[in-house]
Amino acid sequence: MKPKYLKPLVFFACLLPLARLGWKAFNSALGANPIQVITWSTGTFTLVFLMITLAITPVRRLAGQYWLIQFRRMFGLFAFFYGCLHFTTYIWLDQFFDWHSMVKDVYKRPFITLGFTAFVLLIPLALTSTQRSIRWLGKRWVTLHRLIYFSAIFGVIHYIWLVKADLRKPLIYATILSVLLIYRALARAITALAPGLPANGRSRTIENRSAAAD
Amino acid sequence: MLFKRSSDIPSSEITPKHLYFNRRTFLAGAGALLGTAAAGGALNRLLAPAEVALAGAKLDYGKSQFSTSEKQTPFNDITHYNNYYEFSTDKYEPAKLAENFNTWPWTIKVEGLANKPKTFDIDALKKMQLEERIYRLRCVEGWSMVIPWIGFPLSSLLNQVQPNSKAKFVEFTSLYDPKRFPGQQRGVLEWPYVEGLRMDEAMHPLTLLVVGLYGETLPNQDGAPIRLVVPWKYGFKGIKAIVKIKLVDYQPTSTWTKAAPNEYGFYSNVNPNVDHPRWSQAKERRIGEFTKRPTLMFNGYGDQVASLYNGMDLKKNY
Repeated sequence: MKPKYLKPLVFFACLLPLARLGWKAFNSALGANPIQVITWSTGTFTLVFLMITLAITPVRRLAGQYWLIQFRRMFGLFAFFYGCLHFTTYIWLDQFFDWHSMVKDVYKRPFITLGFTAFVLLIPLALTSTQRSIRWLGKRWVTLHRLIYFSAIFGVIHYIWLVKADLRKPLIYATILSVLLIYRALARAITALAPGLPANGRSRTIENRSAAAD
Repeated sequence: MLFKRSSDIPSSEITPKHLYFNRRTFLAGAGALLGTAAAGGALNRLLAPAEVALAGAKLDYGKSQFSTSEKQTPFNDITHYNNYYEFSTDKYEPAKLAENFNTWPWTIKVEGLANKPKTFDIDALKKMQLEERIYRLRCVEGWSMVIPWIGFPLSSLLNQVQPNSKAKFVEFTSLYDPKRFPGQQRGVLEWPYVEGLRMDEAMHPLTLLVVGLYGETLPNQDGAPIRLVVPWKYGFKGIKAIVKIKLVDYQPTSTWTKAAPNEYGFYSNVNPNVDHPRWSQAKERRIGEFTKRPTLMFNGYGDQVASLYNGMDLKKNY
């Protein structure tokens, strides 16, 4: 289940949200407050890719689709890519390099503090996403990459805290993230009780390595 | 001088409406800002509005000395970027959802502590002496517009019912009708929307009841058939689709104050020095502009209204 063209295809599919946004921008279809639309869209894409990345492990185990692992790194890096765009939109289009106001934002506005933290946490993950890093860090790689849980949690709270009254959309992300994290907690608990089952946390290192080798 | 008397503003300075439906050129310097001309062109297009036709009946109105000469926000933006939670919490939705909203027949009950309470018909109100008031509008979310409203001072309506001496505040209520207002089918806010002003704020000449925009009857998504506009306060004080105005002796609790008392106070005067707990109010993005501009105290109407709040701690009375 690994045709040669699948990976480039998924890669371009991951760029579609950006292409759509760019197309709309070019055709003046972003409405009265384009900068806000760009900020929200890139933020949404970041969250979506974080969720997709976190969904890979549960889906491949529950559905037995182990080949999916080969896409996890790509999705994770796309989360980082859209996170970079979101962050750049904030410092460039939204704040226009007003460092004073941005520094104030980061320490005074909890929702920005959290969003900023969520983004910063992704940086070491992107930097250590190479095969060499995985080999070099060994077991520590897995520990390090658990930071993605915190990045996702902070990202979702960042969204909840910026909304004025209508929590519907951020709560959808919160629900999905909860399911993904509860699955992991349960899988861990099951492993602890019955070490022989397939949802075995200890085999993860090996899986990651084989994934990276894909 | 923040205000210009209408005689100061040559009519040539007020750009004719149709020009706003052409591409905006306000970002002439965008190329320089971005470093590349190509990207600048793209950004210019990015911020340009789509063309749209006006629909609405013409109104008869005079000019006002209270108008600003600042560049007006295009009609298309004023009518396609609306915080109108009775329709949707998404600002791009009310334009579509309000299309078939029926605003006729419509009456406004003016009651409470008044000698001559009265129910006004919307048709009669549209025949009041109307004025065009080009006001700045500052949304609590940090964006702003310049809007050529058509309306009449709230005071001229209140004077007709003769508020008595016990009347200290005015309480406004919007239409409650979940069949016509899909947003009211959800409890995002407590419905109907309620707003309030202190008596002196309500009687202030700047406080306007609005029935039109850009020379024509008010589009549904902007609060038709009649809404309040208080230019020195954040936009959400401007309650839309009003059905009741009540003179009362208590301070009314606004809908947003009920929803988040620590974030939205009764006064909600535009104030760059008092931040929203979650974001700064020091600057604002004027719709159509690229960089943010500083927010002015009382939205630039301080000369007219600052005296209303003499001796008040505006940090406490936000």
